[in-house]
Amino acid sequence: MSRYSAWSVLTQGLRGNKGWRRAWRHPEPKPSYDVIIVGGGGHGLAAAYYLAKEHGVRNVAVVEKGWLGGGNTGRNTTIVRSNYMIEGNTRFYERSVKLWENLSRDLNFNVMFSQRGQFNLCHSTAQMDAARRRGNVMRANGIDAELLDRDEVARRLPYVDTSPNARFPVHGALYQGRAGTARHDAVAWGFARGADRLGVDIIQQCEVVGFLQEGDKIVGVKTTKGAIRAGKVGMAVAGHTGDLAAKAGLRLPIETHLLQAFVSEPLKPLINTVIAFGGAHFYISQSDKGGLVFGGDLDGYNSYAQRGGLPIVQHTAASAKALIPSLSRLKILRHWAGAMDMTMDGSPIIAKMPIEGLYLNGGWCYGGFKATPASGWCFAWTIARDEPHEDNAAFTLSRFAEGRMIDEKGVGPVPWAH
Amino acid sequence: MLRLNCPICGPRDETEFSYGGDASVKRPKMDETDPQIWIDYVFYRDNPRGPHLEYWHHVQGCRQWLVVERDTVSHEIASCRLAREVAR
Repeated sequence: MSRYSAWSVLTQGLRGNKGWRRAWRHPEPKPSYDVIIVGGGGHGLAAAYYLAKEHGVRNVAVVEKGWLGGGNTGRNTTIVRSNYMIEGNTRFYERSVKLWENLSRDLNFNVMFSQRGQFNLCHSTAQMDAARRRGNVMRANGIDAELLDRDEVARRLPYVDTSPNARFPVHGALYQGRAGTARHDAVAWGFARGADRLGVDIIQQCEVVGFLQEGDKIVGVKTTKGAIRAGKVGMAVAGHTGDLAAKAGLRLPIETHLLQAFVSEPLKPLINTVIAFGGAHFYISQSDKGGLVFGGDLDGYNSYAQRGGLPIVQHTAASAKALIPSLSRLKILRHWAGAMDMTMDGSPIIAKMPIEGLYLNGGWCYGGFKATPASGWCFAWTIARDEPHEDNAAFTLSRFAEGRMIDEKGVGPVPWAH
Repeated sequence: MLRLNCPICGPRDETEFSYGGDASVKRPKMDETDPQIWIDYVFYRDNPRGPHLEYWHHVQGCRQWLVVERDTVSHEIASCRLAREVAR
C-alpha cells in the first residue's frame, strides 16, 4: 500500500486518478487469530490498529456485521472535547484529545480534525459557578479551559441570542479552545487502512451470532461466515453491547437507547465553533460542507431501532431556535438515530470481563466519538497486557458493585437520564 | 411518536407520559442481606432486543403507572396495563 502525500495526489492527478488502489484488503477469515475484535467502527478499528502498532499483536481480525463505520461512528455529531471533571474521566479524555491532535499524521489519513473550540453556555449564576469549578478542575489536570462572561460570548457569537429577554438568558460560557470536530467516516477509514497495513484482517458483512466456549472460557466467535477461533475476543459494538453480551451469558449495567442527530441544508459559513446550549440539551456546529450539524437529548425509552421519534425533532428544533433565532426558517436536510449503550453511571467500560477470554469496550452513552483514539489505545493495552492502563483503570465493570461510579452528571442509576 | 393505550384515558401520545424503565426488575425483600441481589436490582438489566416490559407514568393524564409491553426494535406495543393490576 502506498503512502498518501502531496506527491501522490499530484502524480495520480496527472495520470487521471486511475492508479489509486483499495485502502484495505477484503480477506476471507482465517480459521483462528490471536485476537478478534467484534465491531468495525472507530473503537474496534482503533483497538486493532493500536494492538498491531503498540503491542506487536498483528494476528488480529476485526469482524463487522455491516460496513465500516456504519454504526455510531457514522451517526454522531463529530464533536471532540475533554471538558470532564470527575477523576477517571479527565485524564482519559485528555489523552484522547492529544491523540486526535496527531491522528492525521499518525494514520497518514486526513481525519479533518479541526480545533475550532467549544462553548458550553451558562444560563444562571448557579451554572456559572458550576462552570468555574469545572474549569478549575480541568486546568488543575492540565486541560485548557476559559471562563467567558456574557459580553465576551456576545462578541464571539453574535448570532446567539444573548439578550436579557431570551428564554434562557446567557450569563457566560466555559470555553475549551482545543475542542473541535473531525470527519467521522475518515476516522473509521483511517484506522482501517492503518490496521490493514500492519496486517490486521478486516472482515466486513460478517455478523457474530454467538461465541465458541470451552468450559468457562471464550475461545472464538460463531459468525455468518463460520466459526473463527481466537485467543481473546474483544467486543466494541456500541449500542448492541447488551444484545451481544447476552450471547456470552453476560448481563451488564447497560440499557440501549436512541439518540438522534440532524443536518440542515448547507449554509454559507455561520458557526465557526461548537456551541453547547445550557438551557436545554442541545449542541451545534457547522460542517465543512456548510450543513449545520446538531443534536439533542435521547428519545428516552429503550430501543435498538436506529430511528427516532418526532417529539425529539420538535424539541431539538425549538432549542436551536431559542439559541440562534436566525435559524427559524432553516430546513432540515436529514435526521437519523443511533443505538446508544447507556450505562448506569453515564461512563464507559473498558475492561476484562468475568468470563475468561472476553474483553469489553462499551457503555459509551453518547460520548463515544471523541473517545475513539484513546478508547482503542486503552482497549489494545488491556487486551495485550491483561490489565488496564492507568487511564482506563477506573472504567471497570466491577465499579458498580464497589460503589465507584463515575457519574459526571450526578443523576444516579437511570440510564436514560445521563 | 409512540401512542400508548392508557386503560383509563384511551390512546394518548408518548409526550403525556414519563418513562419509568424496565418493569421486569423486582425489588428484593427489604430484609434481603445478599449484596449481589441488591446490585443486580439497582444496576443490571437484561436490555433485550425485542419484547420489553417497561413502566410509563401517565403524568399529564390520569397519573397512573402503566406496565407496557413494547418491542425495542419495531416499537410495536403488545399490551398496556395498569401497574397496580399487574402487581396483583
